[in-house]
Amino acid sequence: MMLTVPAAEELLYQEAELLDDWKLVEWSQLFTADAVYLVPPTTLADADPRRDLFLVYDDTHRLQQRALRLLKKSAHAEYPRSRTRRLVSNVRVKPLDPTAARVTCNFVVYRSRAERQDIYPGHAEYDVVTDESGALRFRRKLAVLDIDMLRPQGRLSIIL
Amino acid sequence: VAVIPIRSELRQRVDLALRQAIVDDRERGIFKVRRDVFVDEAVLEIERRAIFDRCWLYIAHTSELPGPSTFVTRKVGGRELLLTRDREGRLHAFFNTCSHRGAKVCREASGRRTAFACGYHGWVYDGTGKLVDVPGRESMSPGQIECGALDLTPVPRLDEHCGFIFVCFDRDAMSLADYLADAKEVLEIISQQGPQGMEIVRGEQAYCISANWKLLLENSIDSYHVHSTHATYLDYLNARDRQGQSATIDSQRAEGRARDLGHGHAVLESDGANAWGRPCARWVAGWGEEARVEIDAMIAELAGRLGETRARVIANGDRNIGIFPNLVVNDVMSLTVRTFYPVRPDYIEVNAWALAPKGESDSSRDRRLRSFLEFLGPAGFATPDDVEMLELCQKGYSNVQGAQWNDISRGMLKEVPGKADEHQMRTFWRRWHELTAGFEAAAGAAR
Repeated sequence: MMLTVPAAEELLYQEAELLDDWKLVEWSQLFTADAVYLVPPTTLADADPRRDLFLVYDDTHRLQQRALRLLKKSAHAEYPRSRTRRLVSNVRVKPLDPTAARVTCNFVVYRSRAERQDIYPGHAEYDVVTDESGALRFRRKLAVLDIDMLRPQGRLSIIL
Repeated sequence: VAVIPIRSELRQRVDLALRQAIVDDRERGIFKVRRDVFVDEAVLEIERRAIFDRCWLYIAHTSELPGPSTFVTRKVGGRELLLTRDREGRLHAFFNTCSHRGAKVCREASGRRTAFACGYHGWVYDGTGKLVDVPGRESMSPGQIECGALDLTPVPRLDEHCGFIFVCFDRDAMSLADYLADAKEVLEIISQQGPQGMEIVRGEQAYCISANWKLLLENSIDSYHVHSTHATYLDYLNARDRQGQSATIDSQRAEGRARDLGHGHAVLESDGANAWGRPCARWVAGWGEEARVEIDAMIAELAGRLGETRARVIANGDRNIGIFPNLVVNDVMSLTVRTFYPVRPDYIEVNAWALAPKGESDSSRDRRLRSFLEFLGPAGFATPDDVEMLELCQKGYSNVQGAQWNDISRGMLKEVPGKADEHQMRTFWRRWHELTAGFEAAAGAAR
């Protein structure tokens, strides 16, 4: 699929905005019904979610449930909610097949909650397709954290 | 000389504080822990010496050293250690410190290697810790290398039970088998899940918690908090497995019990009373019919290998095991191994892994990992909420001067404490108190 860099950037900026605004249900609607959202372990370059222990290995149902969970007051780790700010850059696009394009980017998520300030640097890989209505959707999102361990961040209760 | 009275006054203060740290009134059924023990730097110093320098501490699983000439490096009890298998397959644990000028010798997390070269001056050790090469050997004094005095320093004690490898920094400690006491059998039950033994799944979870280490041990073997802390996880299970119908979980019910395993170890165990599925082997609707066939076959395999009774215990039972002082093995919606160490009274480093049967099918492994991540780990639907609660406790202890005591009395007057009671925590605390109270006075007397 042909996808221009500006169109890909617009899509990623839209996603970042939804996440920063805590519009998480709307975020989950960016994914196709057969999608995956993956965060691999910080120490394995060649990890496979079916054989190795990831940080996040969500299918569409579970990423929708993740969004619903985080909006509840009983999601204690994010109540009160973190404030986040995402910066997305170095966006590149290459066609995967007639129906999909691979979009890659770098990202930084700044998370602030009470006295804590945490930074989550990384890079991401998206498989982008169009749905029946012609809108761009994610079939796969792989967010790789460029850190060796979750210290000092401690938790990954936000969506990357 | 002028410093001595101050230090001794401090010692007396800490000694007194530790003696008075616990109220254990078995007649009235009152058990309390003074909150100073979560915030006081001097208490942590005593814990380092009385507990972490003397108890057996988990370092790794044998599957992480899968053959001759393999190694892992780990921080255990605040020390940088190197665990090796030599060419003959024997295990060794060393302080990962060069005998020459003290640099950390091995820098990788794990791998396969017959020799370990220090990057600083190039001293080379083999897998048995023997110093085998020194650049400019001719300038060394005669016999210095050959006598072994410059070999890597071994950790005083190293032993293994059912694949769980432990080290101990106290040369005179009791054997690992004696130390583990009744926890030995529970580790055996866990290790029998797979016909070919067990392995650590690749992908370590290394994170941290801004809370005292004892809070994580308590939390890891606590059934009472599940309804409140993990309401959103239960919501998720209901949405997936029950079309939104509410699941019950056993924390308010009598099924399940807490058992003292000796030496401060304890287990919470129940038989089929929890809402989640078990990859080995308790089916839930959310896994689909194909999974049911495979789970039934796993139960049949267990029964054929170990008999009906043990098969039921393994397949249908959930168990949360706390091995004193800092190993948690939770055999619940997945099987996890977790260890932690206090860097400060209010900060711990946590390392966690998934344990799984060797040779498990792709579909079973996939189910196991999904089930793990639904609850466990820094991005799970539950662990981050546990962490939040522990951090809220630590924040609450800033009021230690005004609000001084934790209450851990639940079920204390019951003949058989239930799973949602706090017997298992009292087991931990009594051992903790036994090891810490009077430690300074005894050490002082010995001096």
